[in-house]
Amino acid sequence: MFEEIGTTTDGDLIINVGPQHPATHGVLHLVITLNGETIRKVEPHLGYIHRSIEKMCESLTYRQFIYVTSRMDYLSSHINNHACAMCVEKGLQIEVPERAKVIRILLDELTRIASHELWWGAMAMDLGAFTPFFHAFRERESINDIMEETCGARLTMNFIVPGGLMADIHPNFQKRVKDFIRLYKSKFEEYNEMVTGNVIFRNRMEGVGYLSKEDAISFGCTGPTARGSGVSCDVRKWFPYEGYEKITFDEIIETGGDSLARYMVRVREMNQSIRIIEQLIDAIPEGEYQAKTKAVLKLPKGEFYSRVETARGEFGVYIVSEGGTTPYRIKFRSPGFSNLSALDQMARGSKLGDLVAMMGTLDLVIPDIDR
Amino acid sequence: MWSLAKITNSIHEALNNQFSAGWALFFEMLMAGIAVISLFAILGLVLVLMERKVSAWMQIRLGPNRVGPKGILQSFADTLKLLVKEGLTPGGADKFLFNFAPVLAIIVAMLLMAPIAFAKDFQLWNLNIGMLYVSAISSVSVISILMAGWASNNKYSLMGAMRSGAQIVSYELSAGLAILSVVVLTGSLSLKDIILSQQNGWWIFKGHLPVLIAFVLFMIAVTAETNRAPFDLAEAESELTAGFHTEYSGMKFALFFLAEYVNVFIVCCIGATLFLGGWMPFHIGNWQQFNHIMDYIPSSIWFMGKTFFLIFLIMWFRWTFPRLRIDQLLTLEWKYLLPIGMINLLVVAAMAIGGWHF
Repeated sequence: MFEEIGTTTDGDLIINVGPQHPATHGVLHLVITLNGETIRKVEPHLGYIHRSIEKMCESLTYRQFIYVTSRMDYLSSHINNHACAMCVEKGLQIEVPERAKVIRILLDELTRIASHELWWGAMAMDLGAFTPFFHAFRERESINDIMEETCGARLTMNFIVPGGLMADIHPNFQKRVKDFIRLYKSKFEEYNEMVTGNVIFRNRMEGVGYLSKEDAISFGCTGPTARGSGVSCDVRKWFPYEGYEKITFDEIIETGGDSLARYMVRVREMNQSIRIIEQLIDAIPEGEYQAKTKAVLKLPKGEFYSRVETARGEFGVYIVSEGGTTPYRIKFRSPGFSNLSALDQMARGSKLGDLVAMMGTLDLVIPDIDR
Repeated sequence: MWSLAKITNSIHEALNNQFSAGWALFFEMLMAGIAVISLFAILGLVLVLMERKVSAWMQIRLGPNRVGPKGILQSFADTLKLLVKEGLTPGGADKFLFNFAPVLAIIVAMLLMAPIAFAKDFQLWNLNIGMLYVSAISSVSVISILMAGWASNNKYSLMGAMRSGAQIVSYELSAGLAILSVVVLTGSLSLKDIILSQQNGWWIFKGHLPVLIAFVLFMIAVTAETNRAPFDLAEAESELTAGFHTEYSGMKFALFFLAEYVNVFIVCCIGATLFLGGWMPFHIGNWQQFNHIMDYIPSSIWFMGKTFFLIFLIMWFRWTFPRLRIDQLLTLEWKYLLPIGMINLLVVAAMAIGGWHF
C-alpha cells in the first residue's frame, strides 16, 4: 500500500535520487527518507554500472590488466595505473629507472590537480553556481593537452607499464608544465574570490555534513574526506613510494569535519601538488624511461599489495598469484566506496539541499565505487 | 517633439470615422491585445538569447553561434523544436490542473503588461492604482506554480512547488515595502504619475540613501519572486531535477519558460519605472546643452535601456552566485530584509512629510 504512495508509516516521504539525476554525477541511486525537507536516512544503492573489473583482470595478463584499471576511477586513471604497475614490479622485483619514477610522480600530481579542478567546478555546480565549472575546465584543459602530447590520451592514459613508462616524455613537456603552473597561479586567486570567499557558499558549507574523526576512521574514509576530519592518512607521507620521501610537501589536514573543511583540504592540496611539480620539473634525471623486462611477466607464487594516494584517497591493489601469467585473484581497494558509506552518517538531520553539497565534498566517481 | 501618441491618435480617428464608437473600441482593444501578444513572443525569444549570450560571455564560451548570423535565430529553432515536441501528461496527473497551470502562468504575465508605460504616451491602461494592480496580479503567479507541482503527481515537483510557495509569499512583502517607499514619496499609485514625478531627477538620485536601500531590497526581492538564481529553489536543478516543471514537456514547458522570462522583464520594467525614472531621460541639473541632447534620444529607448540594464543585473546574479538553502532563504527574508524594509519605509515616510528629498 505505502509502496504506491511512496511514504513510510510515519508519514515520511521516500524519494529516489538517481540512478539518473543531475546531482549524483553518474548512476548512483540514493533512496532518501525525508521528513519535510529534513533527511531521516540515506541508503545508497549500487551496482548500476558494475562491470566486474576484478573478475576480468583474472583472465588478463599482468601487462594487460592495467588498461582496465583506467576505467575505474577515470579521473585518477594515471594513479590507478601507477598502483597496478607498482604491485607487479614488487612481485617481480623490477628496479624502475630514476627518470621513470620522477615522471610518474609529475604525471600523478598533474592528474591530481586535473581531478581536483573538475571536482571544484562540479562542487560549485552542485550548489547552483554554473560559472566556476567552466573556469575550472579552462585550467583542466591545459593539463589534458599536456597529457595528450605525452601519453596520447586525455582521460584514460595507460602510460605507466610494469618497469617504467610506455614511452619517453614529449620534448615540450617541461615547457608546457611550466606554462600551466604560471596559468594556475594567476587563476587561483580568482577561484578564491569566486567561490571560497563567497558568503552564500560559506553559509552553505559551514557546519554542514559533520563527520567526526572517530566516524571517519570507523567508516574507513581516506583521502581528503578523512583529512577534513583531522585524520592523518596521506599514503604519500605514511608509506612513501617512488621517492615521495625525498620531496618536501605538506599533508593538508583540516579539523573542522564539515563540508567546508573537506572543501578546503582539496583546494589547498592543489597548491601542494603544484609545489611538488615545481620541485621536480627541472630535476628530471637523464637515463632510461623503462627497465628491461621479460616479454612475458610471471609473478612468483604469493600475495602482493601496493597502495597509492589518488585524488580521492587510498587506492590499493591486492594480487594473489599462483605463478602463472595471469593473476589468480585481484582485489582493488577503491576510496570512493568507503567514503560513500559515511554519507548516511553525515546527512542525517540536515536539509535536502545540503545532501547535494555533501555528495559534492565526497568527490564521488561512480565507476570507482561500482567496479 | 515626435511622439508615439500621434500614431495612436491617427489610428483612433481613422477607426472612429469608419465604424461606430463601440466597434472602434473593440478593434482598438483587439489591436492592443495582438500588440501585447507579439511583444510577449518577441521578448521570450530575445531574452532567452540574451541569457545564453550573457552566460556564455561570463563562462568564457561563445554561446549559440550556428543558427543565423551570430546565432540570433537560435531561439526560433528552439521554439520550433518545442512546438513539434509531444506534450506528455503523466498517467497519475490531475489532467485539468496539469494542463491549466502553464496557461495560468502565461495569463498572469500578460495581465501584468497592461499598466506598464513603455514610452512617453504609450501605455495600454493608465490605471490609477497601477502599482497595487501589479502587486496583486503578480502574487497570482504562485498559484500556477503550486498547481503545476500538485497536479504533476511527482515528489520533486511537489517539493519544488512547496518551496516556491513559501518563497514567493515571503518575498512579496519585501517587494511591496520597497514599492511603497516610492509610492509614499510620489503620493500616487499610478505608474504614469510616478514617472512624471521624476521629471527633475530619478528617485534613485533624489531620494538619498533610503531610496537606494529600497532599490537594493527591491532587486533582491524580485529576483526571489521570479524564482531566479540564487533563489531558484523551486527549480533547484541539482536537488530537484527541475522542480515544479519536472513533468512538463514540449509547449507546456515552453509556456513556463516564457512566463519566467517575461516576469523578469516585467519586474525590471517596474524597477525602472519606480527608481530609474521610467522613460524619463537622464538630466544633469541646469546643464541645458546636455539635457537637450538627452531629450533627443526617444523615450522608448530610455525605457528599454534601463529595463535591459536591470535584466542584465538579474542575469549577472544568476551566473555568479551559488544557490541558498531553503532555511537560509527564509531567514534572509524574515530576519533581515523585512525589518530593514519596514524601518526604511518609516524613514522614507518621514522624508516625504518633511520634504527632505530634492
